[in-house]
Parts: sequence; structure tokens; C-alpha cells
Amino acid sequence: MNKVMFGRFIPGHSWVHRMDPRAKLVLSFLYIAVVFFANDFWTYLIMTLLLLASVVASAIPLGVYIRGLLPLFWLMIFTVLIQVFFGVGGHVYWQWGWLVVSQDGLNSAGLILMRFVLIILVSTILTFTTEPLEIADGIESLLSPLKKLHFPVATLALMLSLALRFVPTLMDEAEKIMNAQRSRGVDFGEGGLRQRVRTIVPILIPLFVNAFNRAIEISTAMEARGYQDGENRTKYRQLKWHRVDTASLVIYVISLSAVIGLRYFS
Amino acid sequence: MATDITFEQVNYWYQAGTPFAVHALKDINLKIKPGSFTAVIGQTGSGKSTLIQHFNALLKPTSGTVTIGDRVITNATKNKHLKPLRKKVGMVFQFPENQLFEETVIKDIAFGPQNFGVSEADAQALAKRMAGEVGLDESLLSRSPFDLSGGQMRRVAIAGVLALEPEVLVLDEPTAGLDPRGRSEIMQLVTRLREEQGLTIVLITHQMDDVANYADHVIVMGHGKLLKQGSPRAIFSDPAWLEDHELGLPSATKLAYELQQGGFHFDQMPLKIAELADQIVPQLPKGAITHE
Amino acid sequence: MAIIRVENLNYQYSNSDTKAIDDVSFEIQAGDWVAIVGHNGSGKSTLAKLLIGLMAADSGKITIDGQVLTPDTVWQIREKVGMVFQNPDNQFVGATVADDVAFGMENRSVDRPTMATKVEQALKQVGMYDYKDREPANLSGGQKQRVALAGIIAIAPKILILDEATSMLDPRGRQEILAVIQQLKADLNLTVLSITHDIDEASNADRIVVIDDGHFVEEATPSELFTHGRQLVDMGLDVPLPEKLKDALQARHVTVPRSYLDERGLVDWLRTSRLNK
Repeated sequence: MNKVMFGRFIPGHSWVHRMDPRAKLVLSFLYIAVVFFANDFWTYLIMTLLLLASVVASAIPLGVYIRGLLPLFWLMIFTVLIQVFFGVGGHVYWQWGWLVVSQDGLNSAGLILMRFVLIILVSTILTFTTEPLEIADGIESLLSPLKKLHFPVATLALMLSLALRFVPTLMDEAEKIMNAQRSRGVDFGEGGLRQRVRTIVPILIPLFVNAFNRAIEISTAMEARGYQDGENRTKYRQLKWHRVDTASLVIYVISLSAVIGLRYFS
Repeated sequence: MATDITFEQVNYWYQAGTPFAVHALKDINLKIKPGSFTAVIGQTGSGKSTLIQHFNALLKPTSGTVTIGDRVITNATKNKHLKPLRKKVGMVFQFPENQLFEETVIKDIAFGPQNFGVSEADAQALAKRMAGEVGLDESLLSRSPFDLSGGQMRRVAIAGVLALEPEVLVLDEPTAGLDPRGRSEIMQLVTRLREEQGLTIVLITHQMDDVANYADHVIVMGHGKLLKQGSPRAIFSDPAWLEDHELGLPSATKLAYELQQGGFHFDQMPLKIAELADQIVPQLPKGAITHE
Repeated sequence: MAIIRVENLNYQYSNSDTKAIDDVSFEIQAGDWVAIVGHNGSGKSTLAKLLIGLMAADSGKITIDGQVLTPDTVWQIREKVGMVFQNPDNQFVGATVADDVAFGMENRSVDRPTMATKVEQALKQVGMYDYKDREPANLSGGQKQRVALAGIIAIAPKILILDEATSMLDPRGRQEILAVIQQLKADLNLTVLSITHDIDEASNADRIVVIDDGHFVEEATPSELFTHGRQLVDMGLDVPLPEKLKDALQARHVTVPRSYLDERGLVDWLRTSRLNK
């Protein structure tokens, strides 16, 4: 668990850290959407440069991002192999039974890999530089037009923020329970499948029981503090749109328009 | 076959090699002698919990060596074959009732020994004995542990560790959150285990009175370092140093210092109420003492 | 004036065959600090939850600040009562310290500028302003309980209920929180009701109510109650240090005063006895 860098927040004061989470969310979504328009060397070059510029603006070393890709390594290999073997067309380099390595297969595998890496990296920039809670705030704010349709945006946002608030607490608790059971002679991650499933029970049951008791206490405390209706509340946290956000938006819109322009008008 | 625990130049880093690395233990040297009662004190976050997780190799030192009985644990030690250590050194963590999971009390207590190859029948017999040891009524054994009161659940958890029949028992604030009666019952149990069965005891505590009343060796932790170790008398002889490290005095000792300012004289600072009374009586005038 | 009046209160949990609260009546005067003591499982926490309508009593009447507790008045009554619970983690719902303090105000639709001022004010009062952007994972138990207090005083209640609020804290955290509560009580003229096992917390009280197995047993001042010696353990309290020493001296044939002495009093008495040659 310690080695997983993917999806973790790294505190800092960089350009990207200071951005409004709404801006980061919107730009990430735009980027991911436009990745699918990129289809040749020049469009991919723009996308890559834009990404690298964002990485630099986040003031987090590229190496840390690469480490974040490692857990997904096998998934990438798998996707690439599927594309290589099942993309058919163009010059055939190698064939064995129904397995074919063709030019089109290699091309599409290359594209898929490139897209995969770009999408993962752009989302990693978001999660490295934005606290989970800010992401929740950003989503709530972006979804707020749905309130008119009586969609419980505020309640969902509070649920999300509570869940995020208790992630570290529950992780801590899981670790404590594992330590306690290990001290009682449980070997985690050893033996066959049946043995492994058996060792999960002494963790899951206490974890569920504790989480359940905790949930009851939290809801009692919330009620005692006057919580009754999720929607008719004011909000203390506020998001502020700054000049960095407008500037970033302009840079992204220009670059991404260029990609779409190159694809359709060149 | 007594088990002693020795730390030599032990350092521990959480998440070593990542940007989140924390140096949690710094150059720790210590020795837990067989049959001793060691108290570990220090502020919350001083490294006490990290320290005791090395006592049964839940954590391995990032550098340095931990010797538990005849096993030497270093950073290079493989995770396999550590299990026998878990039987030798029993661990009662904070709020141990959070580890209960079986359908019945007796099954939960018998869970540990069965992981070490004890047959179900033998484990149940052992569980019954340990339940008696911690003062659980037989009628509770077939109940679900989740139906018991907080104090009873804690006893079940402690019995579950005792059922491993360890030589060393490590307890992390075993009385936290209990009422005064529950607290004194748990401490009496710990004393009895040591006196009757010769268990080595390591107790993490914030209660200086418990340190004064039960321990024969004290380890003071602060910011991941071992700040001081020695007998309770030696540790509590320097109130200014303790205050600097935001640690208190046993209540009898504190009272003795106040009386000292009021003209009383103490050859040796008392740690317990009885010692305090013993030293006060000769200093009172004859008229204050009635003979029968 | 009685700010809390409890009359013939009864409550039984559905899975139990005995009453958790059995015909309990008492009154608490405005501005008092009252401790409720009793051993584990004596019904103290049930009582606290009944007082602010977190559970509904089977029968009996609760009057808070002149208002009878009913399903219609429960939200108005919660405006007047703030409650700090035992587990510091399970009442900290905000993502950061400031957010948590604001939670109660958000629930009452307080506007943002007012919230910002009150969050700052409340955090300064409990000495946690420097931590306002911290996340709960980086706070000690005592600090979390101070934040809980800040969240309560931001609502400006008249009554503060502490439901074993110090029992999971280390001695330093316990002392800090008690000092903060004493300060707040004086500054804001609060009525404090503390459910506790802690002898220091109980000795802060003006009066102590003893509950056992759901019954009201007695009400007394700390110095009256503390002369009970060993019996205090059955009430869920410890024997105070001066009483322990008096016992030990008595066992050594020293004639000791019968009335309760606090630590100061005991030291003074011993000092004068020593000089009375």
C-alpha cells in the first residue's frame, strides 16, 4: 500500500496546486475528450507538450509520475498485446495460426498506448495536486445546476466528503486489526486460495462491525449538531476562481483547438 | 528458555524511500529482561507504538537489529517463519475489543492457539481456562462477543492473547476508556500473571501511578528517541526534566514535593501512597498518633 | 432557576429486560456545573441522549430552559444544548478544523461572512486557531475535542453536555480540555452537565448526581460525596488522593480529620499538625 503513488495528493504551492479544482476538473475532462481526436504525429505532439507543460507547472518531478504508472504496467501491456494481435490490415510482419502482427495492429497499439499514458498522466496531475476534498467540492459546484431538477447534490457532496474524511481513519483501523490478528498467528497472503479467504474473515468482520458502530455514532453526533436536511444548508467552503485558472483555461483551449483543427482542417 | 528482547541501534522509517518517509525510531538501544515489568511512557506520537511493534516482528527495523530470544531480526529477515515469535510475545493492542470476530466468546479466545496448530478441543479447553483467568463468567462463553459490555469485550480480547501462552506480554494502554474499577481489575490481572506465571510484562501507559505501583524498569520515549531508561525511582527523581518533556509524576510523589515545601523532609522521594504515609508518620508530633 | 428539569423519566432498550433509566427525577440550576457519575452501564449516557431527544423516553418529562421536550420542540432545544461525545474521531465530521467548527452553523443556514467570523472567534477561544486548516488525522484526541467544543460555542448554546468527553484522552489532553471548559463556562455563563468517571472532572462540579442501574441514588457536593471513600469505586469514580493518604495515615494510627480535604487542604492540615508539638 505504501508504494502506490497513483491517486495520492502531494502537498505543494505550484501553479497547478493553486488552481481552482473546478478549473482542473474541466481541463482534465477536456483534455481526455480531445485525446481521442489526436490521430497523427503533430496532434500527439501538441497533446504531449501540453501535458509536459502541465507536469512542469505542477512542480512534481516526472519520475514520481512515472512511478505512478507502474501499478498499471500489466494492464497497459495487456491492452497493447490485444491491439497488436487483433488489429488487422496493412503489411503483415508475422503470422502464427490466427495470431497476426500487422502494420495496422502495431499502429493502433501504439495509439492506444499513447492515449492510455496521456489519460493516466493527466488524471494523475489532478489527483497529485488536488486534495480529494477539493475534488469533491469541485464536482459539487459543477453539478449544482442539477439542484433545479431536485437532484440532491449537496447531500451527495456531504456523503462524499464524509467518506473521504474517514478514509484515513478506516485505513488506520484496518492496519490495527491486521496487526492484532497477525499477533494471534494469522498469516496473511500465504497458503492456497481457501486459506487466503479464511484469513480475510478475521479482518473484515471487525472492520465492518467497527465501521457500523462508528457510523451510528457519527450520525448521532451530526444530529446533535443540528443536521436535519441535506439540501437547506449554507456552505462554509468556497471555491475561488483566480487568474491562474483563466490563464490555464486559455492555454488549454488554444492547444486543444489546435488539435481538433489539425484533425479536421489540414 | 526465557525470552529476552534486545534492540541494538534500531532505526525505523515509515514508507522508507518515498516522499512520505518518516523517521519514527532513532538509534534505539534497550533490553527487556525475562520476568521484568517494563513501563513505556512518552507523549502521544513519541514512537511507543512503533517501538512495541518490533517486539514480535510486526515491523522489522530499517537498520539495526532486534533480538527476540534466539531470533535476530534485521531489515533483511524474510517474513516467513516469524510466526513462532508471535506465540512467544503476546500483544494486547489499544482497544483490543476491536479485534473480536468469532460467533462465540470461546471460539474467539480459541482462535489464536488454533493458528499455531493446537487442536480445536485443546484450544477450547485452553480458552475456558483463560476466560477464568481474566474473570469472565462461564455463562458468557457461548454468547456472541458483540453482545458483551465494553469491559467484558476487553477481557475476551486479552484472554485471546493469553491463550497463545506467551512468555512476554505487551500491553498498549490496556485500561484506556475503562472506569476506575475496570482499570484496577485489569492492572490486578496483569500483576497476577507476572507473579503467578512469571510472564515478562511490557506496559505502555500514561498513568504514572501505574508506573510507580507496578514497574521495575521505565523507558521514556520522545520524538522517536529513547530519552531515558531506569528504575521508576531514578526516572521520577527529576521532576524538572519530566516537566520539560510534558510527563507527570506519580500522585504520591507530587504530593510529597508539595509537603517538602511545607517543611517535611523525605530521605527518598516516595512513589506510592504507603511509602508516603510511612515517611510522614515519624515527622508528626507524638500527640497526633493514637496508640490503640 | 432550573434550566434542566427531569421528572419521572423512564427508558428501556428493546433488547433488554431491565430499564436503562428507571423513574429518574432531578433539577439543574442555570450556571451550575453538575457531574453525573455511575459505573459503566449505569445508564448515564442513555440519560444524556434522552436529554436532547436523540432517543425518545418511554415516559416522563424533560424541560429545558422552560421548554418541554417533544418531537416538535426537539430542534429548538438542540439550539440550546451542545454535546461533546466520548470518541473524538466520531464527532469530527468536517474535512478540516475550520470546516468542522462551521458544520453546526451550516446546518442552521448561517450566512458565510458570519460563519467566517464565528469560526475564527470560536477557534481562538479554545486555542485551536493556529490549526484551522489541519485535517483531523493530524490532530491529537484532546485537540479534536477542543475543536468539538469550538463547534458548539459557535452556536452559542446555554447548556454544555459532556458525555465522557475526556475518557479517551491522555492526561495532558484531559487537563487541557478541562481548563478550556472552565474558561468557557466562566466567559459564556454556560450550564455544564458532565457525565464522567474522572475524579478531577467530577471535583470541578458544583454538585454531583449519582446514578446506579438506572436509578437516581443521591445528589451531593463533591466534598460531601468524596468522604464516601472506597464506596466511590462502586459509583464509577476513583478514591481521591487525599482520601487515600488519610486512609493510609489512619492505618498507621494517625488521627485524621473526618471531613473531606482537597489536596491543598490536606497539605495545610499536615503542615500545621507537624508544627503542633
